Amino acid sequence: MSDNPIKIMIKSKLLSSITQTLRGIGKRMTERIWRLGTGTRLFFLTIFYSGESFKRFHLTLREIYFTGVMSLLIIVVSAFFVGMVLALQGYNTLQKYGSSEAIGVLVALSLVRELGPVVTALLFAGRAGTAITAEIGLMKTTEQLSAMEMMAVNPIARVVAPRFWAGVISMPILATLFSMVGILGGYIVAVPLIGVDDGAFWSQMQANVDFRADIINGVIKSLVFGVACTMIALFEGFDAPPTAEGVSRATTRTVVISSLAVLALDFVLTSFMLVI
Amino acid sequence: MNPNIVEIDHLSFGYKGRLLHKGINMVFPRGKVVAIMGGSGSGKTTLLRLIGGQIKPSAGEVRVDGEVVHQQDRDGIYRLRRKMGMLFQHGALFTDLSVFDNVAFPMRELTDLPESMIRDLVLMKLNAVGLRGAYNFTPTELSGGMARRVALARAVALDPNIIMYDEPFAGLDPISMGVICDLIRSLNDALGATSIIVSHDVKETFLIADYVYFVANGEVAAEGTPHDLIQSSLPFVHQFVHGEKDGPVPFHYPAANYQSELLNQAPVK
Ligand SMILES: Nc1ncnc2c1ncn2[C@@H]1O[C@H](COP(=O)(O)OP(=O)(O)O)[C@@H](O)[C@H]1O
Ligand SMILES: [Mg+2]
Repeated sequence: MSDNPIKIMIKSKLLSSITQTLRGIGKRMTERIWRLGTGTRLFFLTIFYSGESFKRFHLTLREIYFTGVMSLLIIVVSAFFVGMVLALQGYNTLQKYGSSEAIGVLVALSLVRELGPVVTALLFAGRAGTAITAEIGLMKTTEQLSAMEMMAVNPIARVVAPRFWAGVISMPILATLFSMVGILGGYIVAVPLIGVDDGAFWSQMQANVDFRADIINGVIKSLVFGVACTMIALFEGFDAPPTAEGVSRATTRTVVISSLAVLALDFVLTSFMLVI
Repeated sequence: MNPNIVEIDHLSFGYKGRLLHKGINMVFPRGKVVAIMGGSGSGKTTLLRLIGGQIKPSAGEVRVDGEVVHQQDRDGIYRLRRKMGMLFQHGALFTDLSVFDNVAFPMRELTDLPESMIRDLVLMKLNAVGLRGAYNFTPTELSGGMARRVALARAVALDPNIIMYDEPFAGLDPISMGVICDLIRSLNDALGATSIIVSHDVKETFLIADYVYFVANGEVAAEGTPHDLIQSSLPFVHQFVHGEKDGPVPFHYPAANYQSELLNQAPVK
């Protein structure tokens, strides 16, 4: 190994480009961790200042109307199509093994355990999550939050907490509705259209869907997704730079981060639930 | 009793190391309308936020009713803020609430008044600003001048001792401007409050203010009654009051020599 000058030069260039890359990664990481910290802090403050949201439940109820009821249509329509597609695909495979009556179980389990909570959360992030971020961001931009502070009213207690609980309450209800409408969609394709036996469809479903292992676990999932999606939307709005551009970027981030969080959390929760 | 409800004492404050205020002294006597004037970006809004305790000074202090604002905990600051009403530059009305609910907001949040009494109080406040008939409008249906009057009704909803106005005249038509002008004076006198007006509109401000502070370069550049200031021979005051474009406040932001910059071929960085 002879260290001629050219080799040394190449080495030092390589070294400096490596340190630069590492520094860039480090900077981004610190920023992410910082934001994660501020987000977590907002989460705990929200919990801490939640008393108002329950003492004056009409505040929360109003937000349930906005977040829940407005997502209703998109969720019902999507669920119907998802259920129909599940039945088509499921029948196609099951009939090869001569067990097409199991179609009811397949549709119901897929919906209750996975698709109901996950797809609902994804749609919720796109519909209600973005609306929350944009609304809070706009309230910040137009100094409404500042005005509230100056009136000695805590914006976390008055604005953030009711929206948080509304999201957490709406999500399991919407997910349950999704599963129910999805099963109806599957039924319509399987029984009247394809001609699977009516009784077999329902009785197999009844026999094989477990209340605790399937339904309760599905509800737990959607509760966790509700906390995650709503908190991300609230934080992005609260943290948005008070400009039009800042709010629009925050809205996009809400969808991206919520979707990733839902899919990652789904994996974690599913693995825990299958082990226990 | 201390004759001054708000006192600003050797106050310094800066964002990111650059000092915006460099040792400001001001007093706001009870019952008076006091104006803070200065160019855009001279830190007038920031001064109001310091009085309201939304930010902490880097040196010096603000005292409200004898209490040092930045030494209070959260409850203490909220207690002080209940003595204040603030009109934000763009009104800052809650866009998800009606005009009525906007004015009722501080009453519902901070008092235990029964709804029937809140109703009467809100209608009284709206009547005082001439907008009782618009009680069921949403903020988006209001013109700029109307929005500001509603915001004013909301700011005085709980009969504050101190009313702060951030640019109350900016962007209004002449009629609305006159209306707001009269309202500031009459509300101040009717409530026995103290008003702090932040503005750069000389004509309207001089019409209603009892005392005026001029801030420039982070310091109080001049102070006095409007009568004294109009006759002032201080160059800065003269420039501001008469709206001259060049003077002690230069038209040009500090820059490199113009000629050498034009001759220099290097791209501007
Ligand atoms: N949150 C902030 N962070 C950093 N700089 C700020 C912030 N708010 C205001 N500033 C800066 O402080 C200066 C004074 O602002 P402001 O008090 O709003 O002035 P004025 O109300 O007199 O026009 C401006 O140059 C502004 O850019
Ligand atoms: Mg300002």
